[in-house]
Amino acid sequence: MSTTTRPAAPVAATAPARRLGPTRLALRQGRLEIRQFLRSRESVVFTLGFPLIMVLIFASIFDEEIAPGVSYTQYFITGMIATGLMTVSFQNLGIWIPIERDRGVLKRYLGTPMPKWVWFAGKVLMVLVIGVAMTALLLAVSVTLFDLNLPTDATSWLTFGWVCALGITACTLCGIAISSLARTARSGSAVVTPIALVLQFISGVFFVFTNLPSWMQQVAAIFPLKWMCQGLRAVFLPESFGADEPGGSFELTRVALVLGVWCVIGLVLCLTTFRWTTRRDG
Amino acid sequence: MSDEVAIHVRGLRKAYGDTVAVAGLDLDVRRGEVFALLGPNGAGKTTTVEILEGYRNRDAGEVRVLDLDPELALGSRLRGSTQPPRAPGHPRSWRARVGIVLQGTGEFDELTVAEVVRHFAGFYPDAEDPDKVIERVGLTAKARARTHTLSGGQKRRLDVALGIVGRPELLFLDEPTTGFDPEARHEFWELIRDLSAAGTTIVLTTHYLDEAEALADRVGVIAGGRLVEVATPDRLGNRQEAQATVSWRTPDGRVESAESATPTALVAELAARFGGEVPGLTVTRPTLEDIYLRMIGQR
Repeated sequence: MSTTTRPAAPVAATAPARRLGPTRLALRQGRLEIRQFLRSRESVVFTLGFPLIMVLIFASIFDEEIAPGVSYTQYFITGMIATGLMTVSFQNLGIWIPIERDRGVLKRYLGTPMPKWVWFAGKVLMVLVIGVAMTALLLAVSVTLFDLNLPTDATSWLTFGWVCALGITACTLCGIAISSLARTARSGSAVVTPIALVLQFISGVFFVFTNLPSWMQQVAAIFPLKWMCQGLRAVFLPESFGADEPGGSFELTRVALVLGVWCVIGLVLCLTTFRWTTRRDG
Repeated sequence: MSDEVAIHVRGLRKAYGDTVAVAGLDLDVRRGEVFALLGPNGAGKTTTVEILEGYRNRDAGEVRVLDLDPELALGSRLRGSTQPPRAPGHPRSWRARVGIVLQGTGEFDELTVAEVVRHFAGFYPDAEDPDKVIERVGLTAKARARTHTLSGGQKRRLDVALGIVGRPELLFLDEPTTGFDPEARHEFWELIRDLSAAGTTIVLTTHYLDEAEALADRVGVIAGGRLVEVATPDRLGNRQEAQATVSWRTPDGRVESAESATPTALVAELAARFGGEVPGLTVTRPTLEDIYLRMIGQR
């Protein structure tokens, strides 16, 4: 036994010198998450491929104009970007976190000195990077193949930026929150996929929102996706189209407000309900 | 006290609903010691160890692990600690001093062995070189393989690598050699002896009695949520004092045996009787397994 050679707490005394700083820790966690995502074929196909394939199919089928000089693509791209952002964040996290929890990956992290926020930072970075890449891909494909007109003024790009940022934040927080509902690895996708699908149909992703029954519009208005789509329509459609929205304009203030409220709801749920271990694990 | 005691437990209790998993358990583990916890499934081993590791809360009792109540490090929720993060008593510093090899493996399917070990090394203030750790657990040839391509035993080695990469003062191993072939087990035992020689305190649970006998300074037997006995492997259940069984073959081919408290004298007497070699001579004492089965059979 070497008790005499071992001072009471030698580690604590030397710890600060070699410990990685919080930024480094977060960045390497993000890099690891991105690497895991890109190497997982089903993640890449479902998350990145789905919106892309939808754009290719829908934009090819409906190649007429919805108004003089405004192609269907111009409308459809807004729903696809919003869907893509929701897939990358809400679906991706809601499906994968239960799998990692079930496999004991989270429990393993919990047993290390890693500060807990680092793990969340890694997930957020992964969602951000993949989300930006996917949006750029969708825009590039739509511009080259389907003559999408990109916004030309700075205000529209600014709107584009904050709608996407606020939307993906709300969906990320909700995705982490909903991951705690799944009891096993498999049930994550059973919980998340129907919600995502229903929201896509009632939020004006596939159909023009105002053509939907009004009760459906009202249900959709509770959730973030409808507002993400609406915010993006303000970016990609002519200003005059605002008059056709249910509120008589694109209502950007309300878009910000509803998405902001969902961020708060998501955050509160994360902080109060997140579980690192499965139920059977106590 | 802090210099000598790694783990101090008094009156530990934990129940899940109506099922009592741990029913008033006392335990002391000294620094530098290799302590094996034996017990049948459902005896409360894993619950006890997970409370010590800071994974579960307890219903009652006093627990100190490296001078900290592990419940402070329990973080099933996003609760923070009120202490500054680098204070010695802060749960995060404590986490850096405790290595954990869990029973269930947390798999990182898409990553390679080297990537996982390197990543985890980054969490610790004084981590060992990841390549060296991979070599120590015998995975060098698999360093660039994705973890899902590993065999069961190789995955377990990766678990061990992640448990020791932070150079822990105290290492918990929950059934570490399950799924190992005999050769891998012996290699693993060597690794544990190395770690122990370097001063690491080791607590392991195991089903293999030979493993406890080969590695442990002391063995604790858990049955029914209590520690029923603690002793060195050779003294468990008064094994040393137990009578030895001497058996031999008589000239007409029968096997005869006798219980004796003085087997040496009996063997000398037999040697004289046979005038040299005693045919088919064996002298046995009850194995650890015999003793253990008797102990848990009593419960």
